[in-house]
Amino acid sequence: MSPVLAGVLQLLALVAALALAYRPLGDHMARVYSSVRHLRVEKWIYRCIGADPAANLRWPAYLRGVLAFSAVSVLFLYLLQRLQGGLPGSLGFASIDPDQAFNTAASFVSNTNWQSYAGEQAMGHLVQTGGLAVQNFLSAAVGMAVAVALVRGFARSRTGELGNFWADLVRGTVRILLPLSLIGAIVLVACGAVQNFAGVHEVGQFLGGSQQWRGGAVASQEAIKELGTNGGGYFNANSAHPFENPNPFSNLFEIFLILLIPFALTRTFGRMTGSLRQGYAILAAMVAIWIAFVALMMWTEFHHGAPAYDIAGGALEGKETRFGVAGSSLFAVSTTLTSTGAVNSALSSFTGFGGGIAMLGMQLGEIAPGGVGSGLYGVLIMAVIAVFLAGLMVGRTPEYLGKKIGGREIKLAALYILITPALVLCFTAVALALPTPRDSLLNTGPHGFSEILYAYTSAANNNGSAFAGLAADTPWFNTSLGMVMLLGRFLPMVFVLALAGSLAERSPVPETSGTLRTDKPLFSGLLIATIVIVAALTYFPALALGPLAEGLAS
Amino acid sequence: MIPRKKHTTAPPATPASGAPRAQRTGSRTGHAGERVGGGLFEPKQLLLSLPDAVRKLDPRVMVKSPVMFVVLVGSVLSTVFAAVNPGDWFGWAVAAWLWLTTLFANLAEAVAEGRGKAQADTLRRAKTDTVARRLAGGAEERVPGTELRVGDHVVCEAGDIVPGDGDVTEGIASVDESAITGESAPVIRESGGDRSAVTGGTKVLSDRIVIRITARPGETFIDRMIALVEGAARQKTPNEIALNILLASLTVVFLLAVVTLQPFAAYAHAEQSVIVLVALLVCLIPTTIGALLSAIGIAGMDRLVQRNVLAMSGRAVEAAGDVSTLLLDKTGTITFGNRQAAEFVPVRGVTEAELADAAQLSSLADETPEGRSVVVLAKEKYGLRERHQGELAGAEWVAFTAQTRMSGVDLDDDGARRRVRKGAAGSITAWVGERGGRIADDAADLTERISAAGGTPLLVALEDADGARVLGVIHLKDVVKAGMRERFDELRRMGIRTVMITGDNPMTARAIAAEAGVDDFLAEATPEDKMALIRREQAGAKLVAMTGDGTNDAPALAQADVGVAMNTGTSAAKEAGNMVDLDSDPTKLIEIVEIGKQLLITRGALTTFSIANDVAKYFAIIPAMFAVVYPGLDTLNVMRLSSPESAILSAVVFNALIIVALVPLALKGVRYRPMTADRMLRRNLAVYGLGGLVAPFVGIKIIDLIISLIPGIR
Repeated sequence: MSPVLAGVLQLLALVAALALAYRPLGDHMARVYSSVRHLRVEKWIYRCIGADPAANLRWPAYLRGVLAFSAVSVLFLYLLQRLQGGLPGSLGFASIDPDQAFNTAASFVSNTNWQSYAGEQAMGHLVQTGGLAVQNFLSAAVGMAVAVALVRGFARSRTGELGNFWADLVRGTVRILLPLSLIGAIVLVACGAVQNFAGVHEVGQFLGGSQQWRGGAVASQEAIKELGTNGGGYFNANSAHPFENPNPFSNLFEIFLILLIPFALTRTFGRMTGSLRQGYAILAAMVAIWIAFVALMMWTEFHHGAPAYDIAGGALEGKETRFGVAGSSLFAVSTTLTSTGAVNSALSSFTGFGGGIAMLGMQLGEIAPGGVGSGLYGVLIMAVIAVFLAGLMVGRTPEYLGKKIGGREIKLAALYILITPALVLCFTAVALALPTPRDSLLNTGPHGFSEILYAYTSAANNNGSAFAGLAADTPWFNTSLGMVMLLGRFLPMVFVLALAGSLAERSPVPETSGTLRTDKPLFSGLLIATIVIVAALTYFPALALGPLAEGLAS
Repeated sequence: MIPRKKHTTAPPATPASGAPRAQRTGSRTGHAGERVGGGLFEPKQLLLSLPDAVRKLDPRVMVKSPVMFVVLVGSVLSTVFAAVNPGDWFGWAVAAWLWLTTLFANLAEAVAEGRGKAQADTLRRAKTDTVARRLAGGAEERVPGTELRVGDHVVCEAGDIVPGDGDVTEGIASVDESAITGESAPVIRESGGDRSAVTGGTKVLSDRIVIRITARPGETFIDRMIALVEGAARQKTPNEIALNILLASLTVVFLLAVVTLQPFAAYAHAEQSVIVLVALLVCLIPTTIGALLSAIGIAGMDRLVQRNVLAMSGRAVEAAGDVSTLLLDKTGTITFGNRQAAEFVPVRGVTEAELADAAQLSSLADETPEGRSVVVLAKEKYGLRERHQGELAGAEWVAFTAQTRMSGVDLDDDGARRRVRKGAAGSITAWVGERGGRIADDAADLTERISAAGGTPLLVALEDADGARVLGVIHLKDVVKAGMRERFDELRRMGIRTVMITGDNPMTARAIAAEAGVDDFLAEATPEDKMALIRREQAGAKLVAMTGDGTNDAPALAQADVGVAMNTGTSAAKEAGNMVDLDSDPTKLIEIVEIGKQLLITRGALTTFSIANDVAKYFAIIPAMFAVVYPGLDTLNVMRLSSPESAILSAVVFNALIIVALVPLALKGVRYRPMTADRMLRRNLAVYGLGGLVAPFVGIKIIDLIISLIPGIR
């Protein structure tokens, strides 16, 4: 079987699996977030944290919950790393430096999982499993809660109430992420991923000799790492490491886990707003972008014209032979179009265009399908912008899902789409203008520029993947990237929740034949065009100087 | 057209003179197609508005449009940097075109405003200082019109100019309102009832009236009209504000993209001059829509003024585009308002032609509109020539009277007497009965059926040698205006529900509603019913539009989202509505809705066009900037532009010229035809989205070819 055909078959299998899971999972999540019952364990948690899960919060209160919880999480994770040396389960690793501890805390709480450390050389079991893995669940649940709050904003009328953050957080964790990651971990263990505290494993090497690797709760962390679109690997090599991702099947399964919840949330959205077709229209736009990116990536990685590539059957540098060009391309696209950032190959070694595709995937705003929760709210913001432009063109004050889009809504949506580019471009510019950050570059020319652009793109979009070649464990990068990750995560959430509150207060406008239909292919196309044009116009000059200059040079 | 009559004599400084006339008559015909066109646009208007455009370069004015303010700052910056290096033709060329871009934007606004100014001038002339004859304690005193207060009573006699807005409290007079409405035929104004309002600046032609002043000087109708057409009272509408926010944030995005580009370029050893960066920025920010946005808004209001509708706020015009329920008065809007003969229905054994002949004969002596309509129908439908009373020898005419409710003729046919009568069912039945005639069995059925259908039956009877008998029935009905059904179908496609309001009984109302094709009706409507209906619709978040003229309409007009008061109506109604129709034509509501929609569509279309333009500009400018250091980037120069300087300049020139090219579109509004939202979106996306993507590639290439031909450049 040719590698290209194998790639297409993998893609088809993935699509089929996602399609099978779409309805039951989407409906299940809608039930979870609409239910009035509480599980016993949930009641116990509410008592512990002193929350009243029945209280319906307006958007400022909901936001306060998000921010307070996340601030406490950052502080906890920071302290846990700073005190690692004195705590049990450290495996003898020392406490983490302040700048790196801040970076890692910001990274895991913001669902970015940018890692300036190497897991196997810095983090003991306690931090890995008691700190980082916990945030893998909680940061994902926070993202989903915010998305659900926005969906409620569309679904509700003449009230400012968006539900209860604490209930959404707990339910998302207990009823969605925990059970799914349990199943995921078992499948991964069955594939051969490691899950033990048995000490050191002696591993034989291809060219003779052996390496020593410590095990740990790897498979369980791997499952939530993908499922919660986190991406922070147990080991430095991330999903390229055989303990995390042993074979082509586990590779495909991990991609499946990455895409599972973000796609299914469109069904949840359709259910909760009372029109499944609206969810399908959003899903169609996401799928179209994702497929197009996969096709582009495979095309550029398979058909890069150079003698060495021709012999290898594609751009295999930096890719694991057990995944091949197809399995690596599929993984790279899925990880950068979501906020995962897990990698099974070295993105920096992709072709010039390939690296550009990965970067553009994040720059689209990670909406196809995007991170858990953040993908849905990101795409809904773009839908608001698309509706505004298109709605004008049918001669009515634009409305989406029966809600008029006025000045206030546009202001919030515009602020949302402003933040990420502002962070990416400004910080990249400052890093290039300062002397010290440039010392971290391994390459010069367009590729060197791409390394820095990629780092800030990844941080601001809460992706977490990196163009290796950038020595990121410096005070400048740890601090600036940490700040960008926090701002890139929580400022948009402020605007999303404010928008949700504003929408929830509006009265629904009845649909007529003069209303722009937002559940039709035409709208999906328009949404895609808006997403692509906004991102392309913002980043074109920067991309031209990085991946485009690199790709067009050869 | 309000000031149109005076326009012909207006000095040449009135750019819009005469233009709207053709439009207005066109707007009345109600054909599908370009129903809401705008005024014509003449290139010389651009020239005439140039001084105003230069005046608007004031930064304090420019700052109101964030996009154009950035261009102004860019123009200044590029001029400064061009002056630093005066030998560089490129810097001067870019600076000059940036100034032109700014100027063109101001020009668009100035042209739009210029039309209103001309109208305001003529209105001002109508508002000459008047001397009022104020009644104070029974005595009359002469005071300047400007000293009148609300509640004062003033006297006006033939030849006097009405000194201010008010209601007639005594007397009746004919008034020339041409200064306001452009309509030269005088109108009657009388105390009490719904025709009591007079407007300051109009002229009393006959008789004497006493007026109670209802508006303070400076706040009269004519003052408000002047402010409106001049655009002085113009405030940004909600949608315009939202769009401005979007444009401002796009501007910020591009500002970031360009400002951060310099360190990126420096890293690549391709540092750019400030002039090039400014050129890139101005090309990227949405200047096209930013330049035309306010012109579009002003032109939208102007299109209403051209149709003799005064919108008291831009908000109302926008709301008109969103209307989902239209309340239309039956009489005058949907029907002509008087009953007309629609068909002749004979009883068994009588032919239609016989009946038509008899009906016509019997109606010749009936001068009421209903009687005339019988003659007209006989002629139009049965080809019966209208006979004159004189041409029938020996005929004895029986004229219609309200007492007999019958008309007819007695003829001498070869000695035999022939009497033909038509009239109300009761009268004819009695007449036939008196003569010992018989009423055909089916006559009663026919009359009932016509009544049930909302019509009015008239019986036609004949007495000759065979005795007296009923020949058949004339079906009188309220005739629905031609083309109404099609218009309502269009409205339905646009997603607007029409509700007919009538004082008729439900049976009649249902019949007319079905015939006209309205979606619903409100029969035996009282003002309270109307109000309740509006509230009910609004509770479902629907926007309601209605027309009204009477004082009892005022609350409903105020409650409706779009309330169009008829100029003939009371001042209470005019005060309550947010639009006034100077022609007092209720069908105009439909056009108002279309103008509101057209306004939004024009904004959306030009925004889409503006943003789509950027793609080509990137392909022109980015390779020009960086192909020197990264030769691979020359692949992006898909237009194969001749040199980097020429590429950047071409993009700047295109960016400036497209504004001028689109001024006519902004003023006229994009073509609007009623259709479903989906079809409209598909069409507009194809024209303005794809068009906006492709046009600059062609335009920039052409400009580049021209620039490359200039000797000494390259």
